[in-house]
Amino acid sequence: MRPHQIRRLFGNIGFGLSVFALVSPAILVFLWMLSLSFKNELDNTAFPPVFIPTHPTWANFIDVFEKNDFVTLFWEDFDAFGRTWFTYPSIGGYLYNSIVVSFSATGLALLVGVPAGFGVAKSKAHKVAALIMIARVTPGLSYLVPLFLLFQWMGMIGSLLPLVITHLVITVPIVVWVMIGFFEGLPNELEEAALVDGATIWQAFRFIALPLARPGIVVALILAFIFSWNNFIFGVVLAGRETRTLPVAVYNVLTFEQVSWGPLAAAALLVTLPVLLLTLLMQKEIVAGLTAGGVKGG
Amino acid sequence: MSGATSAMGLRGRNYARQYWPFLVPAGVIVFAVIVFPWIFTLYMSVMDWHVGGAITFHGLGNYKRLFTDERFLWSAVRTLYFTALAVIFPMLLGIAAAVCFHRKFPLRGLARTLFILPMMATPVAVALVWTMMFHPQLGVLNYLLSVVGLPMSSWVYAPNTVIPTLVMVETWQWTPLVMLIVLGGLASLPVDPYEAARIDGASGWDSFVHITLPLVWPHIMVALVIRTIDALKSLDIIFVISGGGPGTSSETMNYLLYLEAFSFYDMGYASAIVVVFFVIILLISLLLFGARRQAY
Repeated sequence: MRPHQIRRLFGNIGFGLSVFALVSPAILVFLWMLSLSFKNELDNTAFPPVFIPTHPTWANFIDVFEKNDFVTLFWEDFDAFGRTWFTYPSIGGYLYNSIVVSFSATGLALLVGVPAGFGVAKSKAHKVAALIMIARVTPGLSYLVPLFLLFQWMGMIGSLLPLVITHLVITVPIVVWVMIGFFEGLPNELEEAALVDGATIWQAFRFIALPLARPGIVVALILAFIFSWNNFIFGVVLAGRETRTLPVAVYNVLTFEQVSWGPLAAAALLVTLPVLLLTLLMQKEIVAGLTAGGVKGG
Repeated sequence: MSGATSAMGLRGRNYARQYWPFLVPAGVIVFAVIVFPWIFTLYMSVMDWHVGGAITFHGLGNYKRLFTDERFLWSAVRTLYFTALAVIFPMLLGIAAAVCFHRKFPLRGLARTLFILPMMATPVAVALVWTMMFHPQLGVLNYLLSVVGLPMSSWVYAPNTVIPTLVMVETWQWTPLVMLIVLGGLASLPVDPYEAARIDGASGWDSFVHITLPLVWPHIMVALVIRTIDALKSLDIIFVISGGGPGTSSETMNYLLYLEAFSFYDMGYASAIVVVFFVIILLISLLLFGARRQAY
């Protein structure tokens, strides 16, 4: 081999090693989570640690479902005045709470955020966009202090409604931000042609811009859903014992019960699994959305 | 020609005015959950407001208390310490990672997806796994240290190691966001300067320092602003992994805010912390954006 070929070979090996060094911490933590959740208690408390389960077991996952009300809780939710805000079907529980809160907050945000993104992009109302950016940079807790008092005054604490409302603090800015970028990137010609032909602005939005914006809506939906699903602090403050979302429920397992690692890791894995799968399946959309806006919730 | 453009401009302006109905629904929600809380916070911050107690006007009392409250001042110092470290490491690693992922290599898409998993995963879930890894006797990290012959660390269980340890988790979690923003910048770079530099015999490092860095600088500044603000308001991992402890040794401003509001129920004082926090974030954003403008 010639010197420059050898140098290139070493360069490639060095490059491969640096990629490996960058990516491996990301994967190893999840692999350790997986390992903990499939080991029995004996292996989990062994030192030196057991890396690959010697007797892989589903027991930890069964434990999560049987002991922790994760999916089996059922009850009705009354507020201070005895009004029912949400009635749970028999497969209630924390999973149900998380699904209701994240889906409602994402759905509502799309409903108002997609037209708003269109309006801002078309009328170039960048001050509105800046206002929304401020919501992105301020701590989520700062909204929680006044909203908590308001919900308390209205007697809503203990139902899912305050959670849905506060999650809008996360989802609405994400949707509006992503949609502004997306509508600004769309060509104007089709819409202008429709307007010239006598369509109303609403028709131009409904029948031309909206179908074209579908990929942008998908990005906004995924990001808003993930950051709502992941949110922890709103739930910690606003959720009662029965209205906990999954992240709060998992945290409470850690603090209030005798900690055994297997079930805890299994619960953690179950909570984050939907998000991990969504990221793996929709990585192109997620990367596009995150790169454009530097979006992050809470 | 000029008549046509002015007619176009007029038409554009007329339509622009008609788009406001699209903003109304979102505007109502933004007012209710974002603007109203700001106003209400300002109001509360000048009141003596304990949950369950009488609400009285307190003037600037809450703010005066901030500047003499040692617990708050120490939390501010700790926040700055945490933020400085939690900005430097993710920035350096993120830029390095962006340069790596900008190059084509087999399985690049998969590697990039795996790399961004930490920032997408539920923070509480990964924080729990880190907590188990930090366990002083049974934790896997101390085992790995002992394998390579290093002394064991007390990680989050000692006052002097808790913040660097939390920074490690924060770095693990948020380096991908820096990488993505810088990678976006790299993707938009022109090819010509590199070819010219190569013909002139510049090394890879030379063209990185003299061409790549100046061109992606705006993106690096955006990443810097976002990372700084996110580090300032970092809460979930501190909450779950150390709970502000041991003692108060990892109690940042955001964590103290949580305690004042929802453990001590001192809403007036908590609101004053929010206002100060808000001013700090605003100042840092302006400072960094100013630096960005100078860099152009």
